[in-house]
This record gives sequence, structure tokens and C-alpha cells, in this order.
Amino acid sequence: MDLVLGCATNVRFGKDTYIFKEGDTANTFYLVRQGNVALEIFAPQRKPIVVATLGEGDVLGWSWLLPPHHWKFHAHVLQDTRAIALDGKCLRKKCEENHDLGYEFLKRFAGIVAQRLESTRFQLLDVYSAHK
Amino acid sequence: MLPSPCMVKQVTKETPDTFTLTVARDDKADHPAFAPGQFSMLWVFGVGELPISISGDPSNREQLVYTVRSVGKATHALVSQKPGAEIGVRGPFGNGWPMQAARGHDVIIVAGGIGLAPLRPAIYEVLQNRAEYGRMVILYGARSPRELLYRKELASWARQPETQVLVTVDYGGLGWHGHVGVVTTLFKYARLHPARSVAMICGPEIMMRFVTRQLQEHGLQEENTYLSMERNMKCAAGFCGHCQYGPHFICKDGPIFSYAEIGKLLEKYEL
Repeated sequence: MDLVLGCATNVRFGKDTYIFKEGDTANTFYLVRQGNVALEIFAPQRKPIVVATLGEGDVLGWSWLLPPHHWKFHAHVLQDTRAIALDGKCLRKKCEENHDLGYEFLKRFAGIVAQRLESTRFQLLDVYSAHK
Repeated sequence: MLPSPCMVKQVTKETPDTFTLTVARDDKADHPAFAPGQFSMLWVFGVGELPISISGDPSNREQLVYTVRSVGKATHALVSQKPGAEIGVRGPFGNGWPMQAARGHDVIIVAGGIGLAPLRPAIYEVLQNRAEYGRMVILYGARSPRELLYRKELASWARQPETQVLVTVDYGGLGWHGHVGVVTTLFKYARLHPARSVAMICGPEIMMRFVTRQLQEHGLQEENTYLSMERNMKCAAGFCGHCQYGPHFICKDGPIFSYAEIGKLLEKYEL
């Protein structure tokens, strides 16, 4: 815990701000303590499309962990949001030096990614469509 | 077995393809017309007959309410009825939600799309007998914001004491500032106590499988998890066999089953 705490700070984001945008360098991830954040995809000639929302207790961002460390979505703040920001660059260095720590991070993030993939596949099924 | 002619009092548009019909009861009985979770067979004269869940308030003894999604010829004919028209009503049929077994427990309601319609009577029952039940958690998902049913009621239920309402859509669109994601993503925000809860689930079968899996991961017992099943129902009396589901007839033994009864059947591709 002490290894991680040294890389953590409390942060706040106001409604309608962007925590990060698609393509930006991903060197931070967030633990949402309160509020609501939309993951959006930019679509040409359209307003951004919301693919998912994250709220209290959710982890925002895994692009910091895997190369090339660029964000794949916009993170648009829907309500005033408080979060814990963790310095991804600092943590990547610690994970390289301490493989036990690295394994624990990968294990936990693999679980989050698996859950999000399952939800996305469920979303793709379009189960509420009238067509069978 | 014969349909009773009943007058349509009102037809309300809920979403672009879903309408609620209010029908006058044909009998003057003083007892409740139905139990939450039961269904009627509605006959549009000259067109056909359909099984439709009753979606109204069981304590209202003067009328029956049905929420119908227009997906084919018969449902289209049903939702096109005007006030004053007559439709045939048979029933109610089926076994209903386990409201008695849920007394003294927290109630978890999980609905997808039009699946909220057969659960609405159970919600009314809990709200009208609040002291008999613990907390109520309602998790509701729909395809998009314009396909959400009963939006005003959802907001009203959220204001009730000891009641948590969480709503999500698969696709948000412009102007939607709520949750986006499938209904199972709401579980992490729900304040659940599985050891003292009874869950009632209704929606597309795939959704119900994902939801029951989540509830089991949260520690909910199979015997306390109930699903409303749907198959082609014709006679509604257990004679024709169209609705046979393994060893059960949905019309007679269901449509409500505990996960303990049918969990294994849900995984059978052939059924």
C-alpha cells in the first residue's frame, strides 16, 4: 500500500470538463470516489458518442499500463467528480523494479478489463431489439 | 376458457412502439383481479389472441392494465384499439411473483426493456405494504432513453423511503446524462444484502442469464432468485403443450420460476 500511496493524490473535476482526451498520453489513472464520468468516442461530423459511464468505486483508465500509453477515449465529466489520481509513470517504474507489485496490478486490471469486455459483448447483443 | 368482452378505457403511448391499455373489468367482484406476475390472454376479435402480462396496480379492482409492445400483426391490432372498443379477456393465468415469500426480506427487482411491465405490480405491492418488506432495489435497463418505460414512476419510486432505483441504457444518445451500459453494470452501485434478499427478474432471456450469474456472484441463493419465463402460449391452461419448458408448462406452472427450478434448463440450447 505504501508503494502505491506515494503516487496518489486527491483530485476534483468540474461538470463538463474533460479529464483526458483520446490520443493524449496516458500517464495517470483514477479511482472515482464520487461523481459520474462518460467514456466517449469522437465521431466525425457527429457529437461524441458515449460508450459507457463510470461512477463511484470505478477505475477510470487502463491505457497507462500497456504501451503505447495513449488514451483510447475521451473522459467527459457529467457531474462534479472527486477521484484519486495515481501517477501511472511512477507506478510503471515501480512495477518494473518490483515484479510482485507488477503482477498484483496486472491481475487486478485484467479482472477489470475482463468485466468491461463481458459487458461490451452483452451490449453488442442488442438484446432489447424487436428482431429475433 | 371463453374470453369475456371488456371495454378499452384508455390507450397510452409509453415509447415509440409500446402502449399501455387500460381495460374495464367485466366482473363486479370485490377481490383483487390478479396477483403480481400473472398474465391474461387478450383477444382482438377477428385478428388473434395473445398472452400479455398484467402491468397495473393489483389493488385497483375496477380495471386491468396491460403494457404491449407492437411487434407483429396481433400486437399492432391490440395497441390500435380506441377507447370504447371491446377486446376479449381470459384469465388471469399463471402463478405470480412470490410476494408472500418476499415478506420480511429485501426485494431486488431487475428488469430489462418491457420486462419492467410484469414487475410493476410487484413494485406497487411492496410500496403499498411497505412495513411488510425490507429495502427495495430496482435495477432497470433499456436499449435507449426513448425506450424507457414509466419514466415518471421511476422517478417517483426513487423518492420513496428505503428504495433505490438505478436506470441504465445500452446506447445513450444526445441529451442523456444518466448511466450508459448494460443492466449488470448497475450491480456495483446497488446497496444489496443478498443474505436477506429475494430477487425478481424479467427481461430478455440472455439478460436474465447474465443477471442471475451476477446475483449468484453476490451470494444470492438460487431458491430466492425468481425469473419470469416466456414461451409461445396458446391455450394458457396447460392443454396444448406449446409452452412446454422441460418438465414444466409456462402457462400453468409459471410463468414465474425460481432459479433453483429452472437454472439448468436455461443453459439448454434445445429449449
